[in-house]
Amino acid sequence: MRPLTDEETKTMFEKLSKYIGDNIKLLVDRPDGSYCFRLHNDRVYYMSEKILKLATHISRDKLVSVGTCFGKFTKTIKFRLHITALDFLAPYAKFKVWVKSGAEQSFLYGNHVLKAGLGRITENTMQYQGVVVYSMTDVPLGFGVAAKSTLECRQVDPMSIVVFHQADVGEFIRNEDTLT
Amino acid sequence: MGRKLDPTNTVKRGPGRKSRKQKGAETELAKFITDGDYQMFLKTHNNWISIDEHWEEEEEEEEQTKQTKKGAKDQGKKSAKLGIKEVEEEEDDDDDEMVDDYGALLPIERAAKKEKKKKETMAQESDDDDDDDDEEEDEDGGDKEKKSDADSDEEDTVQANMDEMDAFRLPDAEECEKESIIPLDLKTIYQRIKDNVDVLCNFSTKREVGKERSEYISLLKKDLCTYYSYNNFLIEKLMDLFPLSELVDFLEANEIQRPVTIRTNTLKTRRRDLAQALINRGVNLDPLGKWSKVGLVIYDSSVPVGATPEYLSGQYMLQGASSFLPVMALSPQEGELVLDMSSAPGGKTTYIAQLMRNTGMIVANDANADRLKSVVGNVHRLGVTNTVICNYDGRQFPKVMSGFDRVLLDAPCSGTGVIAKDPAVKTSKDEADIQRSAHLQKELILSAIDSVNAESSSGGYLVYCTCSIMVEENEWVVDYALKKRNVKLVPIGLDFGKEGFTRFKERRFHPTLRLTRRFYPHSHNMDGFFVAKFKKFSNVVPTATAGKEKDITDAPEATAVTGSPEEKPSKSDKKKKTVPGKAGDLKGKPQANGTAAKKTANIKKKGKRDSPAGPKKAKIAKMDGETVQEAEAKKPAVKTADDTKASKAEKKEGSRFEKKQGKNRKATTKANGRMGKNKFRKLKNMLRKKGGE
Repeated sequence: MRPLTDEETKTMFEKLSKYIGDNIKLLVDRPDGSYCFRLHNDRVYYMSEKILKLATHISRDKLVSVGTCFGKFTKTIKFRLHITALDFLAPYAKFKVWVKSGAEQSFLYGNHVLKAGLGRITENTMQYQGVVVYSMTDVPLGFGVAAKSTLECRQVDPMSIVVFHQADVGEFIRNEDTLT
Repeated sequence: MGRKLDPTNTVKRGPGRKSRKQKGAETELAKFITDGDYQMFLKTHNNWISIDEHWEEEEEEEEQTKQTKKGAKDQGKKSAKLGIKEVEEEEDDDDDEMVDDYGALLPIERAAKKEKKKKETMAQESDDDDDDDDEEEDEDGGDKEKKSDADSDEEDTVQANMDEMDAFRLPDAEECEKESIIPLDLKTIYQRIKDNVDVLCNFSTKREVGKERSEYISLLKKDLCTYYSYNNFLIEKLMDLFPLSELVDFLEANEIQRPVTIRTNTLKTRRRDLAQALINRGVNLDPLGKWSKVGLVIYDSSVPVGATPEYLSGQYMLQGASSFLPVMALSPQEGELVLDMSSAPGGKTTYIAQLMRNTGMIVANDANADRLKSVVGNVHRLGVTNTVICNYDGRQFPKVMSGFDRVLLDAPCSGTGVIAKDPAVKTSKDEADIQRSAHLQKELILSAIDSVNAESSSGGYLVYCTCSIMVEENEWVVDYALKKRNVKLVPIGLDFGKEGFTRFKERRFHPTLRLTRRFYPHSHNMDGFFVAKFKKFSNVVPTATAGKEKDITDAPEATAVTGSPEEKPSKSDKKKKTVPGKAGDLKGKPQANGTAAKKTANIKKKGKRDSPAGPKKAKIAKMDGETVQEAEAKKPAVKTADDTKASKAEKKEGSRFEKKQGKNRKATTKANGRMGKNKFRKLKNMLRKKGGE
């Protein structure tokens, strides 16, 4: 386990800021202690410093996971955000999309969100803005990228995609293996 | 009828003449009752209606019941079905007061019938074998169909059995051969099992003359193996564990699944809200029981329970009811350091985390890397942030990390408690498997104990649990741990469950085993489980044998013989024998202890190094002779050497220290600068020789 290099930190924060803007500092300086990111086996883990101390006792090949995994760096040093980060993205999300109950299941299977399934969307969403997807009962279902800005969403036909799927909670069942 | 007659409780008849004359109400009643009138009584319960009114209805019912019987599958339950059928018919009469489950007989009526039956069977002489068939055939006939009550059926057969040679006859050699060629159908086997158990429960009265109990039992074993598809080994083990009546219940319970239960994730939602959300989706559920605030039991569901958006967002977890128990027993507090040694698939780990409200730290370990993926998945899904997941063999754990406040060990086991989930266990387990499991569990529990920090301010607890019902894996392992380490059993904090065994067959366990709990599928409607909660009261590891002076490894591990004789394994080593005596002495002399404390402190300073102590002790051992005095002298030498090796941990322990002081009491001879008797004698001799020269 090692701390992230500056490059890696930059890449990751860029990705995160797409969803939560400049609330990233709220992730690091928390009232209940300071948290940090660490890299292990190409994956970025978010943990409090207390757990960090504990985890150093465990040898590298035996350590499987610490705290929460946010995502991983691909072979070409791009950062891919995983669904496991949802719990930390959702409260700080800048732009949200609510999905109708009928289209919930479709999104959970990994499909994009169509205009027909769109319940609500925050104002001023830019095109290609990172958004967090909620169900109508305010349960976070995943995140994605807005395919259309809010204004366009109003005008476009019902079968066109409004949110590109990036990650959804259904992956806990579908892709259990890729979590580690 | 004036007074309430309950002939089922037999009042002792008095000595006088009148009691002999009066035979009791049932005999009186029997005079009134004829079989033809029976239906009337069934319906009219308390109200006396004229016989004529019901005569036609009765005839109709006879025909109906005849037809339903042919459809009934299970012969053993035939009469029960009959009873139910008749209850249904009687519901037309709208008699709510017929309380009996299977139907309509008042106890008084039942007894009256018994009397009648007795008289009839006295006269009859029917063949044993035919009697079984008789029961079945008769039910098709006119008379027996009136037996709507299953209980009355049994009681009648009891009477019949008592009067002839027992209705259940062991098959002789010919029949056995026939059976091996053409196996009996399951119904017959089931009936035979029931009858056999019946006979065995009332053996003296119902046995066949000349047949031994062992023959009945061997037949029962064979039948159980065939009917429930178990292997011989397991059936024998189960027979040792359960009385025969419970055995069949247990085996039956293993055939059906336990109800699906879920645990609310209180980190993300409340049980009330979750229940509401699931009901809206079409799930039929109920709270689990008053012993759990987070459990819900699912009766049926129109959506897959493991794939709802609530499940995916981590608001609940599918978990067996029995898995709640060890975590409730562990009761981790906020801010503690907890270890879950065998954590896959992560249900208990996440429950621990939610009880700790994501504070403190949890280490979730499992030896199987594939199963750890499910732990990772569940931990992330349920929003647990204070967990480190690692892949060690549990036995190595104290070396990696120790000093946990609480440890949970859900040991890998033979799985005999979860046969309902995995029927392969019925045939695949044998003696070697159980022994292997038990060995592994013993190693794991010792490692687990060594990982606990006894000095912890809020904890020092270990919970050991298995999903097995075998004594070798449960009580024996717990007893082993009690002998080998400084732990004691404490109540687990759950008020239900059966107490663990304190003795089983030829083994005798520590009496505190009463505090452990066993759970069974047939009595608690959850998977078979065993839970034991330990409290570690000292970080010191007792040696196996005081005689062996091994290399001393780490500071925390000090070779110190514990005071209490129970914890020492009983060896024939002479040293062991004297030590209990010493412990006895100590208690009588506390003041000496106080002074000895200082003296031993001095000694400690002198003899710091471990290595010289080793050979030194050996030297001392050589020099001393074979007398008891020698042993005593040896003891102080050994003890002081022990003290020198012992770490500061010893000093810190309160009561323990006192005992050690007491043991070292005899060392005061050395501390005072005096020498032991033998040395003195030797010195005397030397001086004499010198003086002589």
